[in-house]
Amino acid sequence: MKLLVCIKQVPDLESRFKPDAAGIWYNETDLAFRMNEYDEYAVEQAILLREKLGEEAELTVLSIGPDRVVEALKKSLAMGCDNAVHIQDPAASSKDPWQIASAIAAYATDKGFDIIFTGMQSQDRGSAQVGVIVAELLGFACTTTIVGFDYDNGTVIAKRELEGGIKGVVRMKTPALVTCQMGLNIPRYPTLPNIMKAKKKEIVTIPVADLLTEAPLATTISFHPPAKKGGGIVLEGDVGDLVEKVIAILKDKTAVLR
Amino acid sequence: MKTLLVGEYREGKLLDSTYELFGFAGQMGAETALLLVGSDAHLPAYGGTLYLADAAACGEYRPDLHKKLVLEAVQKENPDYIVFVHSSYGWDLAPRVAAALKVAQISEVMALADGGFEVGCCNAKMRRSVKPATNRAVVTIQAGAFPALQPGGSPTIQRLAADGGSTVEFVGYEAAEKKDVDLGKAEIIVSAGRGIGKKDNVSVIAALAAAFGGELGASRPVVDAGWVEHSHQVGTTGQTVSPKLYIACGISGAIQHLAGMKKSDFIVAINKDKDAPIGEIADVLVVADVMQFVPALTAKVAK
Ligand SMILES: Cc1cc2nc3c(=O)[nH]c(=O)nc-3n(C[C@H](O)[C@H](O)[C@H](O)COP(=O)(O)OP(=O)(O)OC[C@H]3O[C@@H](n4cnc5c(N)ncnc54)[C@H](O)[C@@H]3O)c2cc1C
Ligand SMILES: Nc1ncnc2c1ncn2[C@@H]1O[C@H](COP(=O)(O)O)[C@@H](O)[C@H]1O
Repeated sequence: MKLLVCIKQVPDLESRFKPDAAGIWYNETDLAFRMNEYDEYAVEQAILLREKLGEEAELTVLSIGPDRVVEALKKSLAMGCDNAVHIQDPAASSKDPWQIASAIAAYATDKGFDIIFTGMQSQDRGSAQVGVIVAELLGFACTTTIVGFDYDNGTVIAKRELEGGIKGVVRMKTPALVTCQMGLNIPRYPTLPNIMKAKKKEIVTIPVADLLTEAPLATTISFHPPAKKGGGIVLEGDVGDLVEKVIAILKDKTAVLR
Repeated sequence: MKTLLVGEYREGKLLDSTYELFGFAGQMGAETALLLVGSDAHLPAYGGTLYLADAAACGEYRPDLHKKLVLEAVQKENPDYIVFVHSSYGWDLAPRVAAALKVAQISEVMALADGGFEVGCCNAKMRRSVKPATNRAVVTIQAGAFPALQPGGSPTIQRLAADGGSTVEFVGYEAAEKKDVDLGKAEIIVSAGRGIGKKDNVSVIAALAAAFGGELGASRPVVDAGWVEHSHQVGTTGQTVSPKLYIACGISGAIQHLAGMKKSDFIVAINKDKDAPIGEIADVLVVADVMQFVPALTAKVAK
């Protein structure tokens, strides 16, 4: 069995975002990067399956991006992936989902993967498209937003999350792709011995130009903060003062405190 | 300009969100046609062309079949835009259609922008304006971002045959978990988000809820991590609440959380990040460390 998991590196979302020089994406200076949260669930699920299958399985982790994404690949190797592929693209952030998916599909097309795992969406771009497009391009069966996963003998049974807490159970034959949602599992932390072991695992580097010939289908016009709507009050300062102010506001504006 | 709107049915019922598609088309000033995998028994109040495939024959959502039906309607209608709601149905189906047509997809549109569409990014903290580079495009609209509009009238039906296989087989639904707390009735809710840092700190938030005589709420990651029971989760996949006072402690304000609590009468948010999107709907944003501020507030309220 050959398994693939696709991960993206995203900035820490508690950062302040400023537009880049072109005004179409964020400026990366001073930002700390880590693995996209939804992709951590994908990596964990892929490793759980890898462990269940034992020696017959091989799990590859792939990321498209500049050299910094190697950190996220190393973390995945330390969590338990067998090998990694870095599709090197310093300009990945300006690629649209169609291009990212096309590059992944071009890499995967002759590798004979049985199951591909992706996150349901990236936290910075949030298009929720890349996984599904990869499946379409490869002709894989595909299910999105999974919160439950089981595999047995060529069949995937997945639980899709729908609105209002309802779930839909689906069955697919491999080759198949699933996009992973929060709550699917609790991702493990790499242990020190596994971090050491991961240093011996291979990371293959492929320039994106070797895989991607597609032009973008969408164009970003601008990147900007939301127009301020609220007439809300922002309070800052000493905690004691803040408490007094909040109590005064609650007494004035609500009936919950007398 | 012409739009093909793809509405949503589940278990024999038209979902209300379908009418938000008309709100979007209205703002675009576009002509409409509607596609539904639905039934004659529950037709929408709409006087235009309805491409209808029989849901009873299709079964519940089968992606390959639904994709085929959308592509058939696209052929007949030749629309500029194919529009879905960004729901579990829309985000699953839309990219399949976009990929098959090899056209741009713009996901989770919140508003029309000058020359394009406005979408959220960076966990809703920032916005992008995006436009398709292709003549035709697929759009998914954010739930609740456009007004629901009932056009009225009865449709001219064009039937689509509901045949064709699917690589994804629908097995069945699993009902939502039973709720042991009805947050819908609570007058005061104090909710814990990931910003509380660790499970042990839940008690600090619960203490403030108790001091107010209210209930404890939570954001999803706090529930998924097992810090708080699912029955306390607020949001699209939890409960929808409208208390007199909602206090969000260490919650960033993702759209799925806001959808569950934005109707609260008065919202106080405590967040160390002044730019957190919760600030857009909060009446008061307290910029502070929750673990310092909350115990101090609890001590005052308890007096
Ligand atoms: C299909 C779908 C359905 C979803 N359904 C739901 C749902 O029903 N409910 C829901 O809540 N989410 C839901 N989500 C998840 C949602 O997108 C967000 O990921 C989630 O709401 C974030 O939770 P949070 O605000 O607690 O965490 P984060 O986004 O991580 O935010 C933590 C916040 O705490 C602040 N903070 C950190 N430390 C401190 C400190 N010491 N003091 C003060 N502030 C601090 C940070 O600045 C940040 O703003 C759903 C997602 C999807 C894709
Ligand atoms: N640059 C990338 N490299 C590898 N995988 C990616 C990349 N961008 C997106 N993905 C995958 O596609 C999923 C959906 O991303 P998106 O369509 O951007 O919301 C992510 O959760 C990842 O699993």
